[in-house]
Amino acid sequence: MSNTVEMSIAKAINAGLRRAMQDNDKVLVFGQDVAQLGGVFRVTEGILDEFGPTRIFNSPIAEAGIVGTAIGLAMRGYSSVAEIQFEGFIFPAFNQITTQLAKIQNRSEGFLSMPVVIRVPYGGGIGAVEHHSESPEAYFAHTPGLRVISPSTPNDAYWMIQQAVASKDPVLFFEPKRRYWQKGPVNLDGPPAGMHTAKVVREGTQLTIATYGPMVTTSLEAAAMAAEEGTSIEVIDMRSMAPIDFNTIIESVKKTGHLVVVAEANVNVSVASEVAARVAELAFYHLEAPVIRVGGFDVPYPAAKLEEKFLPDADRILEAVDRSLAY
Amino acid sequence: MTSQDRVPMVQLLNPEGEYGVPSAYAEYGKYIEALKEEDFLKFYRDMARMRRFDYEATALQRQGQLGLWIPAIGQEAAQIGSGYAVGHNDHIFPSYREHGVAITHGIDLMSILKMLRGVNHGGWNPDETRFHLYAIVLATQTLHATGYAMGVKFDGKVGNGDLENDLAVITYIGDGATAEGEASESFLFAATNKVPLVYFIQNNQYAISSPVATQTTVPLFQRGAGFGVPGIRIDGNDVLASYAVTKKHMDDAREGAGPHLIEALTYRMGAHTSSDDPTKYRSKEEEEYWKARDPLSRLEKFLRRQGINQSFFDECEAAGEELSAYVRSETFALGNPPIENMFKHVYSEAHPLIEEQLAWLEGYEASFENAPEQGGVA
Repeated sequence: MSNTVEMSIAKAINAGLRRAMQDNDKVLVFGQDVAQLGGVFRVTEGILDEFGPTRIFNSPIAEAGIVGTAIGLAMRGYSSVAEIQFEGFIFPAFNQITTQLAKIQNRSEGFLSMPVVIRVPYGGGIGAVEHHSESPEAYFAHTPGLRVISPSTPNDAYWMIQQAVASKDPVLFFEPKRRYWQKGPVNLDGPPAGMHTAKVVREGTQLTIATYGPMVTTSLEAAAMAAEEGTSIEVIDMRSMAPIDFNTIIESVKKTGHLVVVAEANVNVSVASEVAARVAELAFYHLEAPVIRVGGFDVPYPAAKLEEKFLPDADRILEAVDRSLAY
Repeated sequence: MTSQDRVPMVQLLNPEGEYGVPSAYAEYGKYIEALKEEDFLKFYRDMARMRRFDYEATALQRQGQLGLWIPAIGQEAAQIGSGYAVGHNDHIFPSYREHGVAITHGIDLMSILKMLRGVNHGGWNPDETRFHLYAIVLATQTLHATGYAMGVKFDGKVGNGDLENDLAVITYIGDGATAEGEASESFLFAATNKVPLVYFIQNNQYAISSPVATQTTVPLFQRGAGFGVPGIRIDGNDVLASYAVTKKHMDDAREGAGPHLIEALTYRMGAHTSSDDPTKYRSKEEEEYWKARDPLSRLEKFLRRQGINQSFFDECEAAGEELSAYVRSETFALGNPPIENMFKHVYSEAHPLIEEQLAWLEGYEASFENAPEQGGVA
């Protein structure tokens, strides 16, 4: 642990971006308010001072334009890190992301690559107005040609952003906004794993929780509470929603026989649904209970005074744990 | 025809094939004066080639050899003229009807037919050809062109007065596509970044069946002005106007003048695609009006006035026969692509789902190879 520093997730993304920009002078950062202000969450704070206005600049408030020009820049040999200010504002760019960014490598039969990272602060729990708290990752995970990842710790944030920038494929980088200020150690010496590798973040024997992004912290809380009552839960941070590292989940389920999948997104036709389906397919004889999904309800994200009731918390997770273990 | 037609436009060759540079457009004359006879012949040769290709592709579609055809008859002057105005370093971002522009930049026309037959989605190398892939979702390419031009500017390849290394970008859109929000976002990004980009709008009067008045109440050459992209209207059926005006604005863009827009007033003499029926939404009279303004016969009249004799036109006719024969035989020879093609290049880097599903499909297909014949009586 010689080269380890403590920092928040926001600072870790910032540090990772700087390192990616140092490593490759074709890396550009742009989006709304990212330059002087450093973004509304200050994730890009200070990058303008270090790299100047040719490497980081503000974009007009036009998300399709942000992603569309990132595509054109990729065709010219640049690697763009485009910020969408909040996940609720990504939809004007949905066309460029799904019909263009995701398909151009295939359309060109490999003559073009698309090294574009789209950074998206996502998820709720910050008491925000409408369109500032959602979890739209399933739309993108469903689209062939895209990669979708989300870090849950500062160390992962620092390394996964660099891995995303280095990828020749387009990457949707979902940042758990309510965890931006959560601190933890960052080991500057080397990445913990590939950006699509799931990680067992707490070992256990009786039940597996597979989760990602902001719900990793909540799931670990639930596992700690369960341990006090003598229940041993294994928690897997999926880290990647597309592709999903099923092997790590399957190995765990073979050991525990119980799986609960936790995410903030509304559960119907979600990433969690895909995990449930595949585990049923690949580990059917190892399951002692149906896979249970814990997530948001299938309603528009509610007004802030109701979000506590919408979002899964440790108690809701433990209710699902009890149901699974009661089978 | 409509109030829009009374807006002044750059015309250097009138429908009778008479050349003249009105004083208001004197700045464009020098680009024509710099041309040699061979250049005019090249324009005609490729416009005739483009039309012949269109007839042949239409026939192939009717014979079931192509899934779809997208005719461009009537737009030869707009495409060949502007295409030849694009410099040897410049990049072109087409929509999906720019077969003529493709001809001017050496794209194998079979690349286009392969796509419309359903063999692939494009697949030519845009870095090598500088002619980018067709964009079927309208106006998406305008933003790619803008981003590319931003990159050109970041690379310092603009405004050095170095024609060997400096470059500009041109993007083609139709009148219908100007209504897409992404076209407007493109104008904005191009203007605020002052990029070397020319928009070439082929106003062929229709978006499938919807006349241009459905898309705009102001002439389209004015569409960019509010964003900071000045525009000019040309007679899109005049190959000399198309060439000269595009050449000037590409040169200006390359020298750092920022984006510019050209609206080429033309007419889609054929259908939107082979699935369309124009008799349902436009009149014979209107078609006759535009037939009298046919870009190909206009250039022929000009060349004959210049003393070009019949043997040249005979040669063009013979070249057309040859092109038709080539396109036919190559199309008949196209096989179906191997199944693994659909799994290729979805990602540049390895992806477990792709690998797993390809392996499954190959196993599934192989399972039929040694299977007994079905349907026999036991």
